[in-house]
This record gives sequence, C-alpha cells and structure tokens, in this order.
Amino acid sequence: MALKKIGAQTRKMENPPSILSYYSIVGPKEGEGPLKDYFDLILEDDLWGQESWEKAESKIQEECVRYAIDKGGLSSENIDYLIAGDLINQITPSSYSARQLSIPYYGIFGACSTMTQSLSLGAMLIDGGFADYIACAVSSHFSTAERQFRFPLEYGNQRKMSAQWTVTGAGTTILSSTGNGPYVKYITTGKIIDPGITDSANMGSAMAPSAIDTLVNHFQDTGLDPSYYDLILSGDLGYVGKDILMDLMKKKGYDLSKNYTDCGVEIFDKFEQDTHAGGSGCACSAVVYNGYVFKEMAKGKYNRVLLMSTGALHSTMSTQQGESIPGIAHAVSIENTKE
Amino acid sequence: MEYIKAFVVGGIICLIGQVILDNTKFTPAHLLLTFLLSGVILGALGLYQPIVDFAGAGASIPISGFGNSLAKGAIKGANEKGIIGAFTGGIEATGAGVAAIILFGYIMAVIFNPKTKD
Amino acid sequence: MDKFNKKDYKKYSDKKVPNPPYLKNMLIAFLVGGIFCTLGQIITNILKSNGLDNEMAAAGTSISMVLIGALLTGLGLYDKIGKVGGAGAAVPITGFANSIVAPAMEYKREGFIFGVAAKMFTVAGPVLVYGIGGSVIVGLITLLLR
Repeated sequence: MALKKIGAQTRKMENPPSILSYYSIVGPKEGEGPLKDYFDLILEDDLWGQESWEKAESKIQEECVRYAIDKGGLSSENIDYLIAGDLINQITPSSYSARQLSIPYYGIFGACSTMTQSLSLGAMLIDGGFADYIACAVSSHFSTAERQFRFPLEYGNQRKMSAQWTVTGAGTTILSSTGNGPYVKYITTGKIIDPGITDSANMGSAMAPSAIDTLVNHFQDTGLDPSYYDLILSGDLGYVGKDILMDLMKKKGYDLSKNYTDCGVEIFDKFEQDTHAGGSGCACSAVVYNGYVFKEMAKGKYNRVLLMSTGALHSTMSTQQGESIPGIAHAVSIENTKE
Repeated sequence: MEYIKAFVVGGIICLIGQVILDNTKFTPAHLLLTFLLSGVILGALGLYQPIVDFAGAGASIPISGFGNSLAKGAIKGANEKGIIGAFTGGIEATGAGVAAIILFGYIMAVIFNPKTKD
Repeated sequence: MDKFNKKDYKKYSDKKVPNPPYLKNMLIAFLVGGIFCTLGQIITNILKSNGLDNEMAAAGTSISMVLIGALLTGLGLYDKIGKVGGAGAAVPITGFANSIVAPAMEYKREGFIFGVAAKMFTVAGPVLVYGIGGSVIVGLITLLLR
C-alpha cells in the first residue's frame, strides 16, 4: 500500500526533504536580463576557457554542483546521489560533469522539464530513506542546443516569432533529509500529452497542454486551489505557451491571473534582448528557481510556491520524420514551513 | 540605370522570399531550394533569361539565377554535345561558383572559429 | 486534456503566435537583397571593363560574390545580416555561400574530415542535389524534344 500516494499523480512527502543550498550560473546574455542581480555567477564568455561549447556546458554544470555543495557546508563525499540531465545527445555534458565529481550518479533526460524531474526523484529518494543528501543539477547552453537542434551559429537565419532562446547556464539544488527548509511538500508527475504540434520552432504550444494537465491533476489530487500558492511558475512555455495555459486554465475554472508566470517569460527582456517568445532549456527554469525563487523564499517574499518545469520530448530526427512534439511537465511544491 | 535595375529587381526577388518566409514554416534552407528550383524551371522554359537580360546582376545574383545558369548550361550542352552534354552542361556553366565555395568554405573553416549569437 | 482535438488546437495555438513585422521585414529584405545585387552588378561591370566577355564576367562575379559571402560569414557578420535582412540575405548567392561556410566552421571541432568536409553541405547539399540533378533532367528533356 503506497501511503504517500494521494490521488493519481501526486505524492505527499511524509518527512518533507529540505532544500539545503542552491546555486545558479548563467551566460552573458542571461546576465544582462531582468533577473541579473539574482544569479550567483555570471560568465563573461560562454566558452569559459574550454575548446568547445559542449565542454563549456559540462564545466558549467560541474562547477555549479561544486559551488552548491560548498555553499551547503558539505563536501562531495557527503552527497549520496547526483541526479542530473541536459539537452545534448546522450546527456554527455552531465555525464562528463559527473565524471569529475565522483558522486553516485543517475543521468536523466526530461528535456527542459529535467529540473523538476530531478527534484521529484531526489525528494522521493530522501523521503524513502535512501539518502541524506542529493544534488539535483541541470544545464543547458544556447550554442550547444542551437547547433544540435537548429542551425550552425554563423548561419544567417531569421528566428520565427514563436521561437525561444535556449538559456545558457546551470542550476543545482542540494536536498537534505534534515534542515530548516524550505521543504519539498508535494510532487506531481506529469503524463505525456501530445497536442500534435509538429513545428519545433513553436514549443510553447506543444508543451502548454501537458502543463495544464499536470496543474489540474495537482489541484485535484491535493484539493488545493491555485490561490493557495504565492507563486506558480512554469518552466519555459514562453509568451505563447503562457498565454495558452492561462486561457485554457480559466476555461477549466482555475484563475491564474494573480500568481502565475513563466520562467521563460521572466528571464529575458523580449524588447531589449530580441528573444521573441522567451527563454527555454533545462537551465531556464533551473536558474530562475535556484537564482530567484529560493532566494526570495529565504527573504520571506514567497512562502508557498509551485514549480513546474516543462519539456518538449522531440529530437531532430523525430521532427524530420514528421512526428509531433510530445510535451511533459512535472510539478514540485515548495513551502517554507513543514506543516 | 543598370544599377537601379539590378537593385530593384534583386530587391523584389528577395522581397518575394521574405513574404514566403513570414507566411510559412519555411527556413532559409527551404527558401534557397525553392528559389533554385524556380530558377531551373523558369530557365528551362526560357522565361528567366529575359529577366537576366533586363536586370543583369539583379536576376543572376539571387540563387534563382544559379538555377537558370544550370538549366541554360544543360540545354546548351545537350544541343552541342548530345547526351554527354546533357550531363555536363549544368555543372560546366556553374562550376566556377561551386568550386570557389568549396575552397573558400574550407579556408574559412581553417582560419575562423564560430562565435555565439547575441 | 478532455476531448482533445488536435486540428482545433493547432488553429487555436497559431492565433496565439504574434505576427512578424511583415512590412518592416519586406522592406529590409528588399534593401539588403538590392544591395547585394547592386554589388554584383558593380563587380560584373569592373570585370567587363577589364576585357572579360559576358560568360567569364558572370563566372568571375559568382566567384567574387561567393568570396564576399564566405568572408562575411568567417568574420561573424553574415548571421547578423541574415537576422535583420531575412530573405534579403538568404536568397542572393552570398546566402548560399553562408549556408556552406557556416556548418564548415561550426563542425571544425569535430575534425577536418568528418567535421568540416562532411558537414559542409548539411544545409546547402539539397541545393546541389536538386539543382544539378534538375539540370541533367532539363538536358535530357531537351534531347527528347529535339
């Protein structure tokens, strides 16, 4: 009998794991955005002294994990598991980062939803009594994603209005079995919803229905109302997806107009930075959670937040074969108090 | 005068391309192919050469002009050298540009490193 | 989602995407494309005034324009021109050069054989395949109709 299972997709933590420390690293462009004062480290160039962007991404993730462990007053031997992921083929940036860290490692892929996927798995492992400290880490890099999913960087293409800008950066959260919060309270695992969008330059539309499904299930399973949260944050739906989500949630009777926004919308200034539909990538939600949200929770601006990273689970091959884009969204609720 | 003709006609061809880009899911790669094939077909039908005669570089610099040269070259080759000419004509007419781009592309790759966008 | 209709959703979501600035894009494409073509005309005229016949001048112009496109790509300027100029930068032969030089540079880190040389035509390959293939078909049809 699964005692922690409440409803179809939501699990309630019996001993809510505490967020011990967190760290965020971003690239130069993100470091000029509206949230620049919140990030722990802003890189001056996105190669960071490495020979390739892939190597740079790996280093960004590795250093981010190291800084987060340091900040928590721990060393890497204390960490029971590293659960990490990114966007690149076979998640090599994460695996090469883990190669340097020598922490027992689960490499996971959830596209841009990886941050809350990692937090969900980490929280369950701790609440299940399998670990005391877990590092949840993700990274993404504009230049590695662009050359893998789109075009070479020197190619002179004009971006579509629905296109999003992959965030360069990494975010790490250290979860602990003990501590003073904030605490992970509920996790709601998403189902894949595929609304049939085939245009990989329009991921907000592709992901919004899965985000809606996860939100609705979260509220149904927990019996909570959207107004329970001080902030509801989706990962990288961007302007297009955010608009769709608010619109369709309203039709279902959930009013999100007061406390909902999207990390992809917040991270860039779309007028100043020409990022069209907003930010995307694993790091998009990760740096906003680990840079902005947890810091503001510590200050008491927010006490109850619902974080939901969103992912588009396609590949260049599936797109070329005409497959539509499957969307996914995992929600994690974080509260300053244990009860 | 011929500069104005080249500017206006070349501009109009690109403007048509922009209308296609903004109203379809086309990437610039699709656009290149579309214009090239249009050039080949119009060239084969003898409809593109009059534009080149009128506008000069305005019609030959767009990739459709490359398509026109391919078609024209193939027709010329076929007429002069028969079946072998049908195969060689197109490449003969456009060989200079293709050979140049392979060499220059390689040299650029050796000299320069790609930079990220901002 | 309940009773999810994919066609309706596509129509609905397409409406949520803002329109590009059509007029501005068209104007800039016209200007940028016009400038590249005028540049081509200038080069043709210079070559002709140096005694080259029409055919040689055309070949020389192609080589020069391709060099300009390649150099602008190498210097990291063509992607900026393309971002602003759209089709005005993509359609001229300089854009074709850009589509070859950009992947060649990009994949240098994967080596000079399977990187630079193999990836050089990832974007422009179809242009050569259909262009040259098409020209042969045109040649063969010419023979059939004769």
